[in-house]
Amino acid sequence: MTTIILYTVLTLSIIGVLSAIVLYFVAQKFKVYEDPRIDQVETALPGANCGGCGFAGCRAFAEACVNKGELTDLFCPVGGNDCMSGVANILGIEAEKKDPRVAVVRCNGTCEHRPKTNFFDGPVSCAIAASLYSGDTGCQYGCLGCGDCVVACDFDAIYMNQVTGLPEVDDEKCVACGACVKACPKTLIELRKKGPKDRKIYVACRNQDKGGVARKSCAVACIGCSKCEKECKYDAITIANNLAFIDADKCKLCRKCAPVCPTNAIIELNFPPRKVVLTEQPVSAPEKPIEVPVSAEPKSSAI
Amino acid sequence: MLKSFKIGGVHPAENKLSASKAIEVLALPKTVFIPVGQHIGAPAEVVVKKGDKLLVGQLIAKTSGFVSANIHSSVSGTVKKVETGPDTSGYQKMGVYIDVEDDLWDEQIDRNNEIKSAITLDSAAILAKIQEAGIVGLGGATFPTHVKLIPPKGMKAEVLLINGVECEPYLTSDHRLMLEHGEELIIGIRLLMKAMNVNRAAIGIENNKPDAISEMIKLAYRHTNISVVPLRVKYPQGGEKQLIKAVTGREVPSGALPISVGAVVTNIATTFAVYEAVQKNKPLFERVVTVTGKSVKNPSNYKVRIGTTISELIEAAGGLPENCGKIINGGPMMGKAFANTEIPVTKGTSGILMMPEKESKRGETMPCIRCSRCVSVCPMGLEPYLLMTLSEKQIWESAENEKIMDCIECGSCSYTCPANRPLLDYIRLGKGKVGALMRSRKP
Repeated sequence: MTTIILYTVLTLSIIGVLSAIVLYFVAQKFKVYEDPRIDQVETALPGANCGGCGFAGCRAFAEACVNKGELTDLFCPVGGNDCMSGVANILGIEAEKKDPRVAVVRCNGTCEHRPKTNFFDGPVSCAIAASLYSGDTGCQYGCLGCGDCVVACDFDAIYMNQVTGLPEVDDEKCVACGACVKACPKTLIELRKKGPKDRKIYVACRNQDKGGVARKSCAVACIGCSKCEKECKYDAITIANNLAFIDADKCKLCRKCAPVCPTNAIIELNFPPRKVVLTEQPVSAPEKPIEVPVSAEPKSSAI
Repeated sequence: MLKSFKIGGVHPAENKLSASKAIEVLALPKTVFIPVGQHIGAPAEVVVKKGDKLLVGQLIAKTSGFVSANIHSSVSGTVKKVETGPDTSGYQKMGVYIDVEDDLWDEQIDRNNEIKSAITLDSAAILAKIQEAGIVGLGGATFPTHVKLIPPKGMKAEVLLINGVECEPYLTSDHRLMLEHGEELIIGIRLLMKAMNVNRAAIGIENNKPDAISEMIKLAYRHTNISVVPLRVKYPQGGEKQLIKAVTGREVPSGALPISVGAVVTNIATTFAVYEAVQKNKPLFERVVTVTGKSVKNPSNYKVRIGTTISELIEAAGGLPENCGKIINGGPMMGKAFANTEIPVTKGTSGILMMPEKESKRGETMPCIRCSRCVSVCPMGLEPYLLMTLSEKQIWESAENEKIMDCIECGSCSYTCPANRPLLDYIRLGKGKVGALMRSRKP
């Protein structure tokens, strides 16, 4: 009995040792050299695997960083500048600084502003609704409200406001990975420069119909009247296809465009409430606060 | 035993309410909006401008490529504006608004009711006429007919199949055309045969239209190369690939065109349009539309000018029923709901169906119970439950391998699903994505 056990143990051990030796040499022979910096870079990345950088995950992005040898066109939106400078340190190169960005929803067609004209009872998916027809309101450019962007977000940064029926972005959580931008069939979501103190000013509309048609379908539609374009001193506003667009790089956040908009299509976020009580010259009144954005009185962050 | 396609299929209630109603000519509208993109392919280019005086049948937009179709004015009057307007899905698309004045036809058009049976033109001339008249597949797919009739290099058409199946419930426009314009249809078929140089044609008709079958047999009797094939009543018997299988026994390979098995299929309404275009010089600017529904006062078949809003058709049929929940463009199986009633009739509008709210509502979606009913009814032999899941989870490569592109969007799976799963909606979404993926791979 004991001999049987002894032989079994011995045989197995010998097989084990032999296999180990074979495996050792095979491993030596077929060893693939991998740059140790890839591992280092990977640990420096956030590890969210969100795909916001355009690669299949953090590992793939790390490989791309190391193999390319430079960091142009390579940026991790989740980690931001801090993370990228860490990566640059490991690789011993310079990192490109980029302005932090955040997603904004360019539609303000709430149930009140944009009444429903029909009812969609298909599957709750914007992509499907958009492929079937123009939408449940008169505006074919506006939010469908099925929440594809909410499903696409890996960071819980976008949610549906049940009252307005529109998605809202949580600036704190948004990492600007761009998943919602890809998910929206109406291309309503834009990644915009975060701005000092998260201040943003943008046209919350994508309606490219002519003024009358746009106005009929939604009370807060951009009608392309170009009043804001004339008001802007920095050439930040352009009108194309009956629609205004504010270039965040040129915009100095002077807030002059918002009051002149006849349909209130321009939205200001995280600014202090306007102090000026309009008397007679609403246009010339806010002459000074052009340099305000950097050093504005903070405290309140109401819209 | 009647001929039929072999796998899958369903049999929804037929509800051919307007089958006994003769085609009526709808009164002229006051204004029309004619979109320039009424077909598959590139939208046509507008050639008129504001203030132009138009005659019925005058060209208003010309083809902008090979896969495209001419658009003609359906009324006489003045061009009000060239601007965007709603297309059938509600999206704003370029088109021409015309204020109707009188009913003056282009002199080229032969308005005589006499049937002209002598075929004088040769193949190329017939094809040119078809292209000039802007004829597209009127069954609903709106693929330009002249493109279909010219086979790709190395392929040869052997048989022409005429689709008189009309397997969609409710719709009766093709049925009425066969009964009322049978003789013209036979001439149309002969024209198509000459254009493609084929010597065999078959008309497939579903067996629920015995009057149409006997009428067509009577008329085709004199032509030994035109046969009439009664088919079993089964949906989607009128699907292109199903019809080819049923009539010829040939199966179109996955991803290939019907021409690869030597067959070309055209619809009854298209054949009639071909007759009118070639023999009467009449471009495609009107079509027969079935306006129907269970609670519609007067379900009928109307001959309508393209560009008339559907609200006028609904008024003519007795107004919108109170309990109407959905107005559908086409039949209940493949049709899509209209977003509003100010949408114009286009070349692809075969019917307007008003469904009562009770019937039109979708049931509550429940989890898949793996009963595999969708698999057994799929006429293409696909696995709809799997395709839906792959599409929902966005696994496009697997969906492609599971032949999602072979889906003909007949809706049999959604119709039969006991858990009310939106199978077709997701499969259609997946087809769009996979199609784009496949196109992007091509150099």
